[in-house]
Amino acid sequence: MAELVLSKVDKIYRSRKGDVHAVRSLDLTVAPGEIVALLGASGCGKTSTLRMIAGFEEVTNGQIVLGGKPIHALPPAARGVAMAFEAYSLYPPLTIGENMSFALKASKLPQAEQNTRVKAMAEMLEIADILNRYPSSVSGGQQQRASLGRALVRDAGLYLLDEPMGQLEPQLRAVLRGRIKHYLREHKCTTILVTHDQTEANALADRIAVMEGGVLQQYATPAELKVRPANLFTGTFIGEPPMNVFSAEVKAVADMVRFDVEGGTTLSYPAAEISEPLRAKLARTPRVALGIRPHALHLGEGPVRGKVMACQWLGDQTHVAVEVGGRTVVSVSQERVSRQPGSDVSLAVAARDLHLFDPETGMAIAHGGSLA
Amino acid sequence: MDHTSTLEKVLRGVLITLVLVFFLFPIAWIFLMSLQTNETILRIPPSVVFTPIIDNYTALITGQLRTAAGSLQLNFMQNMFNSVLLSVCSVALSLLLGVPAAYAFARFKFRLGEDIAFTLLSFRFAPALLVLLPLSLYFKSMGLTNTYIGLIWVYQLICLPLILWIVRGYFEDISPDIEHAYRIAGNSWWKTFTRISIPLAKPGIAAAGLLAFIFAWNNFIFALILASADKQPVTVGALAFVTASGIQYGQIAAAIIISITPTLALALYAQRYLVEGLSMGAVKG
Repeated sequence: MAELVLSKVDKIYRSRKGDVHAVRSLDLTVAPGEIVALLGASGCGKTSTLRMIAGFEEVTNGQIVLGGKPIHALPPAARGVAMAFEAYSLYPPLTIGENMSFALKASKLPQAEQNTRVKAMAEMLEIADILNRYPSSVSGGQQQRASLGRALVRDAGLYLLDEPMGQLEPQLRAVLRGRIKHYLREHKCTTILVTHDQTEANALADRIAVMEGGVLQQYATPAELKVRPANLFTGTFIGEPPMNVFSAEVKAVADMVRFDVEGGTTLSYPAAEISEPLRAKLARTPRVALGIRPHALHLGEGPVRGKVMACQWLGDQTHVAVEVGGRTVVSVSQERVSRQPGSDVSLAVAARDLHLFDPETGMAIAHGGSLA
Repeated sequence: MDHTSTLEKVLRGVLITLVLVFFLFPIAWIFLMSLQTNETILRIPPSVVFTPIIDNYTALITGQLRTAAGSLQLNFMQNMFNSVLLSVCSVALSLLLGVPAAYAFARFKFRLGEDIAFTLLSFRFAPALLVLLPLSLYFKSMGLTNTYIGLIWVYQLICLPLILWIVRGYFEDISPDIEHAYRIAGNSWWKTFTRISIPLAKPGIAAAGLLAFIFAWNNFIFALILASADKQPVTVGALAFVTASGIQYGQIAAAIIISITPTLALALYAQRYLVEGLSMGAVKG
């Protein structure tokens, strides 16, 4: 259990074909015992960050401090970090059990204690029955769990998990998520988890660091990321189905605030629903990017007119695609809705569900009627 | 499930037999020659019916060659010893230098890395004669002519590129994360190299070592030019059978049989490694 602080960390891959700036001036603090997910699309710099912390990639600039000790210049062996690799990386000549106890050998724990630990870990990950098999003879999912177990069974100041559950079947993944979270909590493990799966990040992490283009976009709790996205990228990246985004012109008319949305739709709200500072800001901002989450787009009543394109009941929610002013938007409702494709429909959005972004910089202006 | 028809099986059998006859006939013929006198070998028409003799072998082992023109001293066993010494030492040195180098080329990108690796490979496709003239001049002035050390050094031209390139492919096939996993568990770079990387690349190292051994063993031209009789391997030593009183075919055949025995035995023993090692190093995704 230790605190991890990354300050102004840069990673530049230099090659003859030109430099790649993979991570840009990254600042990140992980509290002792906290579980943090690095979330982003492929190539966003999340794995580079993880590998710099582990010591497999050199830090171009900046420093990494673990438990008060700068570690970015130390060899991996001296950092006191455990890691589960995306490609499992089990030692082929050793059995699954030996692979898991391998890392413990260096710790000088008594043999009996090592065995108990490995066994408990194997039971938690449901691989107790294959401890005597060799990696080449078990499935990818089992190898992945063995690799995860090999990392978690150690005593380390920091646990790094690179896509730890990518190969598992969905049911098992859901069960293991819970168990792993409980394990990490109970042992107060400071953990960094790299994933591109938001469900996984939401389920496991206390805080999520969203990365894109090597830049940290937002670092916040899962709920905050949804309710108060810092910019247009996080707004559209987080949430499934993604946020609907329109460009809109802002008009303040008498005691109403009006958004003239592209395609000829108009949304108006009583000035009372928009906070005073925001109204002042909007008076100076003629254009905004308007974001509306699918579940905030209510079918049936309201000023927005559209045509149903598709309607699908998923068993627990309905996804309705509606064409509004030449654009397709998605509305999600928790009830079963049946609408014929081609039929007309009305949609409503409450002021508290509006997300406003600066169309040039993408920075958030307002969430739910008050300034961001 | 076996879908091969009888015709296919027969055809396959015939083809395999043809290939085997083609490759094994010379060896079998040489073996028969080694058990005959020059007279029976050279009779016309040739025949496979003869009384086998082991005189050729005894002559080689005792070092006394009796011909029609008189007795001749042979140092075939010395040649044999030289072959073993030169091949073993060159391969050992090549492994010592080549395996870490191969690892470096496989794992690290460094300035001129590819150029250095390619230069090493180019030793293999430059004709030996090209380097021999300057080399013999250098060796003379350095006092390395007719020394084991000088020969072992020159043999690196044969062994090192082979080992470097085969083993490099092997190291490249091992995921670096396997090494990372070991290193992050608190082990040093050197320990990781010796405990993880080398054991995993063992089939490749064995195959490369074996090939290098065979190439070194079969080398002729370096020792011919750079060494005199007492340091020459069997390949050069066999020239002694071309005597004033004619070519001693029986002894040459016996010498060939004796000299291929070690490599053949080694190759048979390590056949599995050889096939696995070479194909795995070569076939990459």
